This record gives sequence, C-alpha cells and structure tokens, in this order.
Amino acid sequence: MKNALHAEWTKLRTETSNIWLLVGAVVLTVAIGAGIASTTRCPSAGCGQDAARLSLTGIMAGQVVIAIVAVLAVGTEYSTGMIRTTFCALPRRTEVLAARAVVLTGVTVVAGTASVLGSVLAGRLLLPGNGFTVQHGYAALLSLANGPVLRAAAGSVIYLTLIALLGLGIVTAVRSSAAATGIVLALLFVFPVVAHVVSNPAWQRHLDQIAPMSAGLAVQATIDVSKLPIAPWAGIGVVAIWAAAALVTGGLLLRLRDA
Amino acid sequence: MTAIGRGLHSEWTKFRTVRGWAWGMVAALLAVVIVGLIGTAASNPNGAGALPVGPGGEAVNDSFYFVHQSLDGDGSIVAEVTSLTGEVAAGGPRSGETPGVAPWAKAGIIVKQSLTQGSSYAAMMVTAAHGVRMQYDYTRDAPGLAGRVSAGSPRWLRLTRTGDIVTGYDSVNGTSWTKVGAARLSGLSPEVEVGMFTTTPQATAATSTGPGMIPAVATGAFDRVALSGQWQDRQPAGDSWTGTQIGRDAGTSGSYLGNGSGEYTSSGGTFTLTGAGDIAPVVGGSAFASGREIENFLVGGFAGLIVVIVIATGFMTAEYRRGLLGLTLAATPRRGRVLAAKAAVLGLAAFAVGVVAALVAIPIGERESAANGFAVATVPLATEVRVMLGTGLLLAAASVFALAVGTIVRRSAVAITIPVAGLVLPYILATSGILPDGAGDWLLRVSPAAGFAIQQSLRYYPQVDSTYNPSSGYFPLSPWGGFAVLCGYTAVAFAVAVILLRRRDAA
Repeated sequence: MKNALHAEWTKLRTETSNIWLLVGAVVLTVAIGAGIASTTRCPSAGCGQDAARLSLTGIMAGQVVIAIVAVLAVGTEYSTGMIRTTFCALPRRTEVLAARAVVLTGVTVVAGTASVLGSVLAGRLLLPGNGFTVQHGYAALLSLANGPVLRAAAGSVIYLTLIALLGLGIVTAVRSSAAATGIVLALLFVFPVVAHVVSNPAWQRHLDQIAPMSAGLAVQATIDVSKLPIAPWAGIGVVAIWAAAALVTGGLLLRLRDA
Repeated sequence: MTAIGRGLHSEWTKFRTVRGWAWGMVAALLAVVIVGLIGTAASNPNGAGALPVGPGGEAVNDSFYFVHQSLDGDGSIVAEVTSLTGEVAAGGPRSGETPGVAPWAKAGIIVKQSLTQGSSYAAMMVTAAHGVRMQYDYTRDAPGLAGRVSAGSPRWLRLTRTGDIVTGYDSVNGTSWTKVGAARLSGLSPEVEVGMFTTTPQATAATSTGPGMIPAVATGAFDRVALSGQWQDRQPAGDSWTGTQIGRDAGTSGSYLGNGSGEYTSSGGTFTLTGAGDIAPVVGGSAFASGREIENFLVGGFAGLIVVIVIATGFMTAEYRRGLLGLTLAATPRRGRVLAAKAAVLGLAAFAVGVVAALVAIPIGERESAANGFAVATVPLATEVRVMLGTGLLLAAASVFALAVGTIVRRSAVAITIPVAGLVLPYILATSGILPDGAGDWLLRVSPAAGFAIQQSLRYYPQVDSTYNPSSGYFPLSPWGGFAVLCGYTAVAFAVAVILLRRRDAA
C-alpha cells in the first residue's frame, strides 16, 4: 500500500496541470465568494440572507475544477496507455484505487480548506460593510467559532472531497475522461434544473434530497436549517452514498475488466 | 469535388463512422426527451384547467364581471366612472379582508365579440393606480388621463364602434373628449356584447417566501351610462342590461375572496359592479404559480447539452490523442478550413438533434401537463417555432463553442467543463435565488448562459404585475440578443482556435 500511495502521489504531483487546476479551484472559489459578498446587501433586519452560504457560493464553481482533477488523475492514464504500466508495477488493482482515493482526498482537503478559509475571510471582510451587521441580526464578524459557520466551512471541505471521490469512481468505471466529465457534470447540474421546473413542492423536495449538489450544499446553511429539504449532515451523507456507490462500481469493474 | 466539399465530406465521414459519436447524438436526443418527461411527471395537487387563448394565439386571462347587452351595428357607449375600490385578503385567503385595491384593478366599458373567454375586445377603463387606459385584444395597452378616480374627480369613458374599428375617448367632464386610441378588431361580427365591467388581478404582497399574490376583489361605480347611434336605435325598451360572470374559474391572475362571487346592483341609472379576475395576457412569475411554460418541457436540453458538448470536444481532442490530426492536416493543409468543416458538421448535427428533440418533447410535455392538472401557457405559433429552432441553435452554438475550446486546451476534461460550466452554472445560480437581485440578471447578460433566452416563450407586459426575473423564466436580454451573446463567445473561441491551430505543431 505504501508503494501504491507513493506512486500515486508522485504521478499527481509531477503533472503540472494538476497544480494549476488546484490553484485555479482555490482562486475561482474565493473570487466568486468575494464577488457575491461584495454585491449582496442586507438593507434591514430580517433580510433573510445567509451570510455563510453567500460567502461559500464559490464552492459551486470550485467543485467542478476539483472534479476535473479527479477525472484527469485516472482518465489520462487510460488515454496514454499509462494504466498498463501502473498495473504492471502494482497488480493489486483495488489497492491502486484505494491509494488514488487517499491521495486525492489529501490533495482536495488541502485545496478545499484553502478555498473555504479564503471565502470565509472574504465574507468576514466584505459583508459587514453591506449591512450584515449586529443591528440586522448578524454576528459582528463571520467567525469559525460560531457552530453553524464552522459546520458550513468544514462541511464544504468534506463536500469537495466527496465530489472528488465521486469523480474518481465514475472515471474508473467508464475509463474515459470525456465521458466521466460529462457524467459528473450531469449529476451535479441536471438535478437542480429539473427540480426548478417540476413545480410540485413534494417532488421538488425529493429531488433536492437525492441530488448530490442540492443535498450536499445543504451543509452550508446557517439560518432556517429546519426548513431545508434535508438536514445538513444528512445531506453530506447523501453525497457520501453517491461517492461510495461510484467508487464501489469503479472498483468492481476495475477488478473484472481488462485494463 | 471542391476542396471545401472534400473537407466537409471527410469530417462528416469521421463523425458518422465513429460509433460513440453517432450513438452519442441519439443519446443526446433521448436525454432531452426523457429528462423532459421526468420534469413534467409530477401532478398538480390543486389542479388547474386550460387557459383561454386570445386572438393573437397567446394564453390569456379573461375573467370579469360583465353587465352587458347584445347590440347590432355601429354606435357609442358612454359611462361616468365615479369610484373604484376594493378588498384584499388580509393574511392570505379566507382570513378576513381589508380595504385595498390592486394597482391594475379595472372598471370600465367594453365592446366584446362574444361572452366566450378569449374573444376579441376593446375596452376603456379606469385603473386603481395607472390612470385611464385603453386596452384591446389582451396585449395592447395605451394610457389616457392620469390620476385616481373619485366622486369629486370622476372619469368619463366612451367607446365608438365603426365597422371593425373601435375608438376610445376619455374626459373629465363628459363634454370635452380626448381620443386615447383606436383598435382594429378584424372580423368583429355585426352583433357584439357591449357594457360595463369590473375586475382585478390578485394583489402582490410580501410573504415569508418572497413576493406572492393574494386574492382581491374590486368594485366600480358607474353613472350616466348611455348608448347612441344604431345601438340606441336598436336597443329594446326597458332595462335590457344583464349581469354575467365571465370565466368563473379565474385563470391565473385573480380569484374571489373566500366563496364570494361577482355581482351588480343598479338604481336610477347608476350601476355598481364587483368582480375579480383579469383581462390580460398570461405572464410568468408569481402571477402564474402552478402553470407551465413551453420551455419547461425542454428542461432535458441541459442533459442533451452536456452530451453534445462531450461529443463536440471529443471530435477535436480525439484527433490529438490518436495522432490523427497530422493525417487530417496532411490531407487538408488549410487548417482553418479543417476546423470550419468540423464546426459545420457538428453544428448541423447538433441543430438537428435539438430541433427534433424539441418537436418531440414539447407536444409530450403539453399532453402530460394537461393530464396532470397544470395549465400550459399557449404561445403564438411563431414563438413556438422560435423556441424549437432556438433549441437546435443553442445546441449547435454550444457544440461549436466546445469544439473551439477543445482545440484551444486539447484536454477533454477541461474542454468539456468550460462550456458546460459557462452555460449551466450561471443559469443555476441565477435561477436558484441564492444571488442578490441584479447579480443574476448580470450573469445572464454577460455569460454564455445568456443564450438560453432564445427559449423564453412568455413576454413581459408592463400592464401585468408579476415577478419578472430569471427564476420565473424571464431573461434580461431579448431572445435573439441573448443568443447573440452566446454566439459572440463561440466566435471568439473559434477565432482563437483557428489562430492556435495554425501556429502550433499538430502533435
């Protein structure tokens, strides 16, 4: 396992585009969060805005870049034929997948933490100037010492990690970067659009409960938590089930099929 | 065969013979239809009937209380409106009423083809907050005298029919008249329904979930109602006025409080009418809570779009990956032409997929919605054709955009994500309600997602209050303007791709 981990880490580390993608994910997330924090106003008490969720909106874009990193980590091996070398060196395929999952998790936790801290900091600096003040019912400064804010922040990092694992499972199952990217993006984006259209509150709620993005990002809510279609940690559980299902499918196909 | 023809032919052969791509296009078509079916499978717990359709082919509301008589030939009707008041539900339906009147509550005189909902009409009316208006055939609206009506400051209204033309006048004293407008109601029959009406759309009110609509009724008082011309000559003796509730099921824009209904009283030449509903085009947003617009049936387009983008990027990145590009460029050394041929083949294939998918998905969605109790906002044929062709154009532009990005970045995962995220993410953000007002509009102006405007089927009408925003299906740019933004992105990406393809090695 140690060799597998070392091999996967070396592969991920030495592909320059991965570094750029991860830096890009952090910059994109923080930039969008800062953009939204600087344009949203809370003119009066009870304006109903969720300060933490607003600051962390950039995760919606950042997750896409993280998913690309996950997909490319495996997809390029199939397109270049490198996968055969990998399995020659490390014939225990499940172990290779496990090592990939571990390395990817580590990298995503680092990039995700940077993204979330940057976004929260941007919100902390920008929101009070836009009416998110004590008089309007908000904490003086967005702070991780506040329980729900900490949940939103830590939950967002976990969410990003699970999206990376979802991408890894799917690309392992379909063996093509293009198809895997399409599937991940469809899973993330098509559910919310359909939920928007069904115009039946019960169906909308159910769709939001099973969709990876809607359910997973419920963890970012810090106000009106009881009105969410799904509880914050239960939502993370839904994404975890998606990721686990993708990884198990990928792992089984990896064992059964030719490389 | 010309060089261009050869280039096109070879790209078409490549596209057609790679099984994944050909089947992918079929999959894109199925994705549009199947996701569309899922999107329309839910049923409406409240149930709603079909909406009347106006003379222009658009869905309309046509519900009001009408005191009328059938009159033959040409003539004029004059009435003095002395008050317009109303009641709105205090805290939602059935929880008591408070005095109040919706800004577009209407009381006035009308000449209407028949008592059938959706029939042609022309009307002069006093509104609660928008002065005197002349409105006809649901979508047309012209302003007359400004200001509110009261007993001390009444408004005189006159409608004169001459053949197909109905002309509206207003006055503050009944002697000096100002022409407000003239309506040509083509095919108006000799005998029409003429009389007074009162109606009101629901009032907008802040609710816990944002702006909402609450039931309202309006009451208009009329005095000195008089007929002239052939209408007077042919009027039967005695009180010939009849009160009729047009469209008891109030459509999408008005309903009576509790179990109330419309009514009228008359004494000594004065009439008092109470009514609810509206005479106006159907619009989206809060006024159209549980209805569906035809672009809703194309929600599967998002899934189809992702499939088409995956194929489009593969069309280029596969050449890099397999080293085929060297061969392709050896056969057709003009590199710009190679890319143009690829774009033409892809664009046409994607266009065909989009149009066929829309042709299938819209009728299915209309039938499903009707069966499940959702009112569908019918639109004029020209609009429906634009939405269908627009779906094809959207997929075509997106696929060429993806092809160009694929040529620029040469990595399929990145090449797929840029167009998908550029098109879909701004749309989701703008319609989710997460973004502040204005930010969503801004995103749908400047991002490639502006292109979805081409699927917008409902129009904005200033004479109907609703929440016109991206999440209710209203885009900040016009249909073709929004599509032009997407085309702009595509054109720039394509130009960069051609330049890079010329400069770089074909490895």
